[in-house]
Amino acid sequence: MRPEVALPVLLPLLSGAISLMFWRSRPMQRFVAVAGNIALLVVSLWLFVSTLSDGYVTMQMGNWPAPFGITLIADMLSAVMILMTAIIGLAMGIYSLASTGRGHEKFGYYPLMHLLLAGVAGAFLTGDIFNLYVWFEVMLVASFALLILGGERAQMEGAIKYVTLNLLASVIFLTAIGLLYGMVGTLNMADIALRLNEAEHQGMVEVLAVMFMVAFGIKAAAFPLFFWLPASYHTPPVAVSALFAGLLTKVGVYSLFRVFTLMFDQSMGYIQDIMLWGAAFTMVTGVLGAAAQYEFRRILSFHIVSQIGYMILGLAIYTPLAIAGGVFAIVHNIVVKTNLFLISGITHRLQGTYQLKKMGGLYRERPWLAVAFFISAFSLAGIPPLSGFFAKFVIVRAGIEAEAYVVTGIALAVGLMTLYSMVKIWNEVFWKSLPEDNHVPETATPKGDDGRLLKPSLWMMYLPVVVLAMFSLLIGIFAEPMMIVMTTISDQLLEPSGYIEAVMGPTASGEDALLESMPTEAEGGDAGAGEELP
Amino acid sequence: MEPLMALAIGLLYATAIFMMLRRSIVKLVIGLMLLSNAANLLIFTTAGMTRGAPPLIPEGMMQPLGEVADPLPQAVVLTAIVIAFGVLAFAVVLIRRAYEVVKADDLDKMKDTDT
Repeated sequence: MRPEVALPVLLPLLSGAISLMFWRSRPMQRFVAVAGNIALLVVSLWLFVSTLSDGYVTMQMGNWPAPFGITLIADMLSAVMILMTAIIGLAMGIYSLASTGRGHEKFGYYPLMHLLLAGVAGAFLTGDIFNLYVWFEVMLVASFALLILGGERAQMEGAIKYVTLNLLASVIFLTAIGLLYGMVGTLNMADIALRLNEAEHQGMVEVLAVMFMVAFGIKAAAFPLFFWLPASYHTPPVAVSALFAGLLTKVGVYSLFRVFTLMFDQSMGYIQDIMLWGAAFTMVTGVLGAAAQYEFRRILSFHIVSQIGYMILGLAIYTPLAIAGGVFAIVHNIVVKTNLFLISGITHRLQGTYQLKKMGGLYRERPWLAVAFFISAFSLAGIPPLSGFFAKFVIVRAGIEAEAYVVTGIALAVGLMTLYSMVKIWNEVFWKSLPEDNHVPETATPKGDDGRLLKPSLWMMYLPVVVLAMFSLLIGIFAEPMMIVMTTISDQLLEPSGYIEAVMGPTASGEDALLESMPTEAEGGDAGAGEELP
Repeated sequence: MEPLMALAIGLLYATAIFMMLRRSIVKLVIGLMLLSNAANLLIFTTAGMTRGAPPLIPEGMMQPLGEVADPLPQAVVLTAIVIAFGVLAFAVVLIRRAYEVVKADDLDKMKDTDT
């Protein structure tokens, strides 16, 4: 019995339930939003420490043995993702206190936020493919409701695209699960991994792999399926945008990593090529889309797409170093991207607009905000010694070692274009002086009945921004210990026998011969595949 | 039975995709409904169809007699139906609200957030 695996899912659900019980009490909901997320952070640290010492932490729900019941399992990847979720959750909890209007708070903003976190945590921890679908839906339903909270026209238009494409992805995912179950007769991911190796129709396995790639590709906003993201992410309240930007697409990327390292590791091959070029196009289209934009949050939305490309590139190259780099990119991006959205919220509060042309002069007015933006933005672009540099450095190095020169070149060029976009924001928002015609409207601030929300609460918005900027800096400075964790993750991902054993237990002794033969096969597979890359 | 089901499922998927490609948001949501039904039927069918053999263990026995239906896909389909129901209820409310603010049942009029 290892409670720390179940708690990151249960705690947000509990906080959400408590928050619902105090539907009318705004102070109580605000208190739970912070206290619940602090508790989540503590539990996540606990989980992280135990995975660090044991490698895998598992729990069979209802004590049903592995292939029959639902397994919760945390390996290093899950633990790190859960930790990031908790950090972002707490940052959002505090930031929302000041940034979210009363109208939103009244209609269940906080319970939905907790529910969203529960869905994200569940998706990271489950070891059952259908359960993964269920957690995806929990997360999606919460995100739908958060997205349209407020009910403005832009939100509705964005939500229709967001809802349609995400539901389409869910149905593709569900179809793939149905076909997979028809083939192997189990839903436990570790068990599926064992049985797919013995499957008769390898062609069918490849079809399934492509279906999973498409389904998770839509959810991760990879090329050519990303259009829902820039159409919707800039429409909700800024705290919601930041939460989505930090976590939602990364759940899709996490699922890609999980499924393609555990279940379909034998059938990469041409799928790897598709993924590689998909990653390249994702990076390029995202960054070009951003170059054309002059709205703060839309630029950042396009950069989410572009950065997803780096993570998928790490998976597509499929060497230990590349996967470590891909996971590094996920961790770095969660921190930095959330922070940039948070900063856009503060600038919106100060100047009443997201249009870059109408903003300006913030470097003189708020030098420390400028520093926080500087750190985050240049980390995103990959300037040393910030966190983004090391993520990019590892992926680029892995790409060169795998002789994927063209795609690696594209990755470097995209870094330059990212820098261009970030410098554009820097120039327009912080460096140039405020345009004459801008008068800061009163409506920029949350609509408090008494108007007392204005100045005193600004520190609640600054606190998460400063802490997350420090995080980005620290990840850069302590890149060495980070890389040790990332290497452990990539070792675990590339040798799924440990994961399978942790789920199925030593009782699966009949499969031992198979278990031992798997890692060597996987290694043979990468070496072969690595040389074919363009 | 299976070939017939396969045809029906194929038809459902095709209809659903056709509906989703139309401009009207109402038809879009109808497409989504058909799509989730198609997926549910697919899960039901791929797991193998058995007739009149509930997975029940007779009293005093340790395992069922003879061949029985696989209960797991049925549980999965039930879960999926419930989820689809909730999500579609949301989608219906969403298109109603969208119609109220945009005043048109046309996706081409909903391009404000794209540029």
